[in-house]
Amino acid sequence: MVATDKQPEYKVLGTRPIRPDGVDKVTGRAQYGADVRLPGMVYGTVLRSPHAHARIKSIDTSKAEKLPGVLAVITGANMPIAESKDVEAGEEVANYRDDSNRVMAHDKAGFKGQPVAAVAALDMNTALEAAKLIAVDYEVLRPAINVDEAMASDAPIILEYLVGDHLGEDVPNTNIAKHARHIFGDVDAGFKEASVVVEREFQLSTVHQGYIEPQNATAFWNNDGQLTIWTSTQGAFWVRTSVAGILMVPTSHIKVVPMEIGGGFGGKIGVYLEPLAALLSKKCGRPVKMQMDRKSVFEATGPAPAGKVKVKVGVDAKGKITAATADVRYEAGAFPGASIGPAAGCIFAPYKVENTYIDTYDVVVNKSKSAAYRAPGAPQVAFAMESLVDEIAEKLGMDPLEFRLLNASQEGDRRADGPKFPRIGNIEVLQAAQASPHWQSKLEHNPSNGKLRGRGIASGFWFNGGMKSSVNINVTTDGTVTLVEGSTDIGGSRASISMQAAEVLGLRMEDVHAYVADTNSVGYNDVTGGSRTTNTSGLAAYNAAQKVVTTMTARAAKLWDVKVEELQFEDGAFSSKSDPELKLTFKELATKLDQTGGPVGETGSAVGVSGAGGFGTHIVDVEVDPETGKVDVLRYTSVQDAGKAIHPSYVEGQMQGGAAQGIGWALNEEYVMSGDGAMENATFLDYRMPTAYDLPMIEAIIVEVPNPFHPFGVRGVGETPIVPALAAVANAVHDATGARFPQLPIKPGRILESLAAKNGS
Amino acid sequence: MHPFQYVAAKDVQEVVSLLEQYGDRARCMAGGTDVIVQARGGRFDLDAMVDIKAVPEVMELTLNGAGLRLGAATPCYRVYQDDKLRATYGGIVDAASIIGGIQIQSRASLGGNLCNASPSADGIGPLMVHNAVAVVAGPKGTREMPVDAFCVAPGKNAMTKGELLLRMEVPAPAAHSGSAYQRFIPRNEMDIAVVGVAVAVTLDAKGETIQSARIALAAVGPTPILAKAAGDSLAGKPVTPENIQAAADLAIAAASPIDDMRGTADQRRHLVGVLTKRMLTKAIERARGAA
Amino acid sequence: MVQDATVKTHVKTTINGELVEFLVEPYRSLLEALRDVLGMTGTKEGCNDGNCGACTVNLDGRIVDSCLVLAAEVNGKQLNTIEGMATPEGLHPLQQTFLEEAALQCGICTPGFLVAAKALLEKEPHPSEDSIRFWLAGNLCRCTGYDKIVRAVQKAAETPSKGSK
Repeated sequence: MVATDKQPEYKVLGTRPIRPDGVDKVTGRAQYGADVRLPGMVYGTVLRSPHAHARIKSIDTSKAEKLPGVLAVITGANMPIAESKDVEAGEEVANYRDDSNRVMAHDKAGFKGQPVAAVAALDMNTALEAAKLIAVDYEVLRPAINVDEAMASDAPIILEYLVGDHLGEDVPNTNIAKHARHIFGDVDAGFKEASVVVEREFQLSTVHQGYIEPQNATAFWNNDGQLTIWTSTQGAFWVRTSVAGILMVPTSHIKVVPMEIGGGFGGKIGVYLEPLAALLSKKCGRPVKMQMDRKSVFEATGPAPAGKVKVKVGVDAKGKITAATADVRYEAGAFPGASIGPAAGCIFAPYKVENTYIDTYDVVVNKSKSAAYRAPGAPQVAFAMESLVDEIAEKLGMDPLEFRLLNASQEGDRRADGPKFPRIGNIEVLQAAQASPHWQSKLEHNPSNGKLRGRGIASGFWFNGGMKSSVNINVTTDGTVTLVEGSTDIGGSRASISMQAAEVLGLRMEDVHAYVADTNSVGYNDVTGGSRTTNTSGLAAYNAAQKVVTTMTARAAKLWDVKVEELQFEDGAFSSKSDPELKLTFKELATKLDQTGGPVGETGSAVGVSGAGGFGTHIVDVEVDPETGKVDVLRYTSVQDAGKAIHPSYVEGQMQGGAAQGIGWALNEEYVMSGDGAMENATFLDYRMPTAYDLPMIEAIIVEVPNPFHPFGVRGVGETPIVPALAAVANAVHDATGARFPQLPIKPGRILESLAAKNGS
Repeated sequence: MHPFQYVAAKDVQEVVSLLEQYGDRARCMAGGTDVIVQARGGRFDLDAMVDIKAVPEVMELTLNGAGLRLGAATPCYRVYQDDKLRATYGGIVDAASIIGGIQIQSRASLGGNLCNASPSADGIGPLMVHNAVAVVAGPKGTREMPVDAFCVAPGKNAMTKGELLLRMEVPAPAAHSGSAYQRFIPRNEMDIAVVGVAVAVTLDAKGETIQSARIALAAVGPTPILAKAAGDSLAGKPVTPENIQAAADLAIAAASPIDDMRGTADQRRHLVGVLTKRMLTKAIERARGAA
Repeated sequence: MVQDATVKTHVKTTINGELVEFLVEPYRSLLEALRDVLGMTGTKEGCNDGNCGACTVNLDGRIVDSCLVLAAEVNGKQLNTIEGMATPEGLHPLQQTFLEEAALQCGICTPGFLVAAKALLEKEPHPSEDSIRFWLAGNLCRCTGYDKIVRAVQKAAETPSKGSK
């Protein structure tokens, strides 16, 4: 760990206790969404469009309804037409009409895999057989399956009611949902000052978050109108809001029970099955359980957008960046909402650039609507910019790390989308990378085994969200506390939230019993996502704990019959500033609550501050087999500013996991699409994510430059880890082979082609 | 999925009668790692799944002076944990060790791999270069055919209605023989071969001249391909890089790859050359180390 | 004798040392039987086609993907699942080291990894890093990047056996 400021001596923060939900998770007892079992429960499945673009002329469900064991069948006709209105949803913007259409097609299929009907039956196999009996009459339409096709003048219009926002102007009859532009300074002047200007276009394929647990939802719509939903979600309150909006029922009628979740990475914020399970339950009067199969997860949930990124950067003779422009085009999928805003904010974030000009396009195409995937919008543009920076540094004969230090953004510099950086750790991260054993070690480029080795480096940034959290703390008479929170625990957040409360209360983490509660039992909580949970749910816990201390101090004052101002709370004990005899530990005072006014419980709320941001720099060594194009990752180091690492093991875990995803994105992962919009590799066999045998140990170096907006200095850490990885790998393969790879993934075939071209064969 | 009945057959006769009775609506199941996936994916509708693992003949693994008798349903792990088998039939063990991960290898069998007749199967080339024979039982009794002739089209084998594969019989190699198999995949495990090459060689006692060689290619044609000219070209030739390169070039000529999502035809042709050289080198090394 | 496919099969098997009997449709997988018929939801579904290992169980001493085993096949066999790994006396050393080393984040792949790693350590008590990674190649994890999982297995390998199951 590299801490830049002198830190207080924390008792709990920075330690590595065993997470509170750990035993349940290593024994198989933890209940994930697919583990729900309710009396009378029946099973639902979805019939999906086989066409990427088609009008639905009619649907005949009569044969399915007659199959013995079938209890309910629904189609788009059962969905209310919700209002077309944009709503904040975690890191995305949602629209209920689009979402309603997305979860069950109304009159048109906009992507292969879009639900067109759903069935509930006594057993899963009957439901599947019934779905086969539903007859759908499609009029197949020409699809547009990438940004070029969708932006062409003769492109088929995919979403007929879409009104595009093109630089502030309303434009109907378009597939370009949004065209936004960000301008600062004067790029023409900046390029004139440059002695080296490089422009490149980069291309990325669709990739998927790859969570191992498919989406699931169980719903029961009771006779009293109360709808309960059990689901693996990143945000129970967002599910409640979203389902209410889609089905047009009051939020007060809905209770969402967040089950444990088997990975999300942003892909389990949007609802898919919840509204369908609810409608099926309403129709048949039973709890309905639904789960996606892996093929549907690939085809019909929300992958990261494919896209094209054109970048142009000018540097002066000393190596300082004088101007930078970008054109970013993302595939939104069949409904608008690709993360073009964050793309603009992140692309040049590691650099101080006065003159910038960025065009971004959110383009509707005939694929499943894209969703957030770990720093949504950032990895793609970081791949482009960090590859280009590598090329420029090479042209200048400059060390790529020194180039980044020379141009590093700092507090007070302006991001290319407007906001100024508060205190950030960009330079500290670069320095730590420079000092790392990995960077200091020598790499043998031409080892005796005949392969080629190379080293690459890249940086990246993510804003980190704030949003809202609410936590209840209740004091138990044995001196422990229960902490009721609403943040689904995807990666150890019960521990990190509890540890922050424990630090305030002078307790051990084990004395803080954290529960993730349903939407009726705790105040509003935004999603576990956006790298906000340790920060903002932690802040809510901190606030609640501070209130508990205040209330307990008053109780001590009452007990001792002294003024509150005379008392202090230090090292887990309440004591009088003047009389050393008056002292009680938290535990001791807790046994006296009944005598002093009854139970003590406090709610803490927090609205986190977004934008303090986390920087990361990655170093990777690869070995390339020049005869086959195979790439092996030999060594990987991730350096990242965590502000304050509450539980270092879980911070390291985020850094390692993000690196692994980035390696997969760089080398092997992609959606292979047929010309008519079908995904050809919708299995874990051919959608190739790294296995344990494909990766080395991943060193994680945590830098701590405190976040000024959090009492412990916590910065979010969940998303930055993926951002630098793509270019770090690409730059390493370049260093090994001499070839550049502007298109991902860097598959063996592409490497062979590049090597052949280089060798003139 | 169409509901099917499960039968744990006790003997060959029972299997044959069920296959005759149900025809295309029944499948034999060994490890199930292909057939369950296919039934679930709707490739076919079954009325009966006939589990053959209780039939003693198909679970055999006997290695003696005459050679290897490998039951059709004998799982891969039994193949690669046998040290003597590994020493004699290196290429077959190479394949058995890399089909899927450990979980798959606990169940999947080389016989099942052969019957599945995928063009990219890992287990077929090594059997071919070892001159393996497939022993098939059916309504008219038992018959044999070279493994070379077992696959007739992608996913289609030469058996007819009512027939099941009993075992593969692999003759004992001559002295100073060695074999090897390697596939090219983008990850390090778990992938389907982009290209696979199996090689078996027999050297002279000095280990300097190739007496005979057989080369088989996977994933570069509708069925696994015996690159006969490539193998034959090495008969009587000294072990030199030039001769190995020449054989590799002939192997490339024998390949008829296509472009698909796992690789392009050009990439595959190139890899045939690379892997043939590497596997010839390895097989020769093993032959030199063998008794 | 082939019965009607709608008639359930009667299966008698030993799971985690206990004799268990149940009825199941003949076409359903062992994974479905464990989760839906027996309520043993510790074994997870990730892909249902043998490519992720989340459904790993130990069948007669070998790890298998239970999604590719028919429930009817396990009649008379010995199954060991994640539910049998801990005892009232304590966690298995691997479960303990997974917790200590933070080798899980979302935890969905964890039961599969534990069952697989247990089989490895029973076969090879002190495996190299390469052996561990090769053995676990059939278990996908998307959260951890595998680093802490490998370290947890290495740490358990160094723990003297307390004679747990």
